[in-house]
Amino acid sequence: MSRSIPITVTVNTTEYSRSVEARLLLSDFLRHDLELTGTHVGCEHGVCGACTVLLDGAPVRSCLLFAVQANGREVMTVEGLSTGPNPEQMHPLQTGFWDAHGLQCGYCTPGILMSIVPFLEENPDPSEQEIREALSGNLCRCTGYQKIVEAVQVGARLMRETAK
Amino acid sequence: MKPAAFDYFAPKNIEEALALLGEHGYDAKPLAGGQSLVPTMNFRLAQPTVLVDLNGIDELFFIRESGDGLRIGAMTRQRAVERSPLVQRRAPLIHETMPHIAHPQIRNRGTFGGSLAHADPASELPALAVTLDARLRVQSSRGERWVAARDFYLDLFATDMQPDELLVEIAIPDLPARTGWAFDEVARRHGDYAMAGAAATVTLAEDGTIAAARLVYLSVGDFPTQAVQAEALLTGEQPTAALIRAAAETAAAQDIDPGSDIHASADYRRHLAKVLAGRVLARAVERAKMTADDRR
Repeated sequence: MSRSIPITVTVNTTEYSRSVEARLLLSDFLRHDLELTGTHVGCEHGVCGACTVLLDGAPVRSCLLFAVQANGREVMTVEGLSTGPNPEQMHPLQTGFWDAHGLQCGYCTPGILMSIVPFLEENPDPSEQEIREALSGNLCRCTGYQKIVEAVQVGARLMRETAK
Repeated sequence: MKPAAFDYFAPKNIEEALALLGEHGYDAKPLAGGQSLVPTMNFRLAQPTVLVDLNGIDELFFIRESGDGLRIGAMTRQRAVERSPLVQRRAPLIHETMPHIAHPQIRNRGTFGGSLAHADPASELPALAVTLDARLRVQSSRGERWVAARDFYLDLFATDMQPDELLVEIAIPDLPARTGWAFDEVARRHGDYAMAGAAATVTLAEDGTIAAARLVYLSVGDFPTQAVQAEALLTGEQPTAALIRAAAETAAAQDIDPGSDIHASADYRRHLAKVLAGRVLARAVERAKMTADDRR
């Protein structure tokens, strides 16, 4: 029943091979087995969005996937956004959150970043309404969203400038 | 909040999946997108001892045209359906409805067939399948059969399928000429389950009267609820605002028997049902007139 299944998953361009139980959630695999604790676990039933990661480039809830399902696939977590530990090495969207005070406790932030990065790559200059729609799958209990929307607007501008 | 242990199988084709479902019967669950199943497993409301993961079965992922409409593979992601130009052109009601289903992060994993087979009374796709007279191809190692969507839904989370059967393909027929469509729902927050929702199609005759009308609700009963008395009231009549109002009142008062829960009282659901029917019928009539004008 609890036999281990060997898997190989690429996370933030590093390949990891581990043996896991089938019931291990991808969110717990990332946090406990790989010690990538940037992915946060909130509700564990797909509602809050804190555990959002990219699976082959598309944002998904890592609490609603089993780690075995990521076998042979590419995962990107919030740790993969920045190029290093210093503020100037942050992803432009992270800089946007820094500059516009887009977080208070920060618990929901990794999930928001992982939802919004692919959104802005597809839609580099979104309206406020489109931003609010894109944020609708991520719950924040501190901010009331106003600062988050502004942070996404700043991040979008920085991403456009970086892309030039 | 961790699932109970289970044995995991990842078949590479339909035949292997059917053999596994045949062997394990009631103990096994097919795993499609997992956006409903995995939460219930995390809560341990569901504790299947065998999971048959369908995500590696390439032949279940497709959207293609057939002579009389569309064929959609059961594992096609909801996001793929939402973004398909084919669906937009040949099944515009589905195209219009997809953004109402949860959030993009959920639709990236959630599947078209998984939602139909899960039979949640609050989900949109079962109501659309009934509205559009979709047919569902169901397979087991014993053989295959086609089931009409309106015969598929039996009860809360219960369908006509046996434990060894798998939904593999959905056929969506084209809308008849001079037909308009519309979908709308009311949810507390965008992406939440709707407190009530309604889908409609209206076909106009050459003389401008209503040749056929279909009005189907979600979230007001144990499964998709067709408003048959309202449909009868509409058929054969001129589509005036007064007629639509009367049909919406009939639908809300006589065709549904909604329950109360923490999200909405039965009375409020009836109110929503009336308002939604008025909106979707009016929009369907407008669109039917536009397609009729296009053909002149």
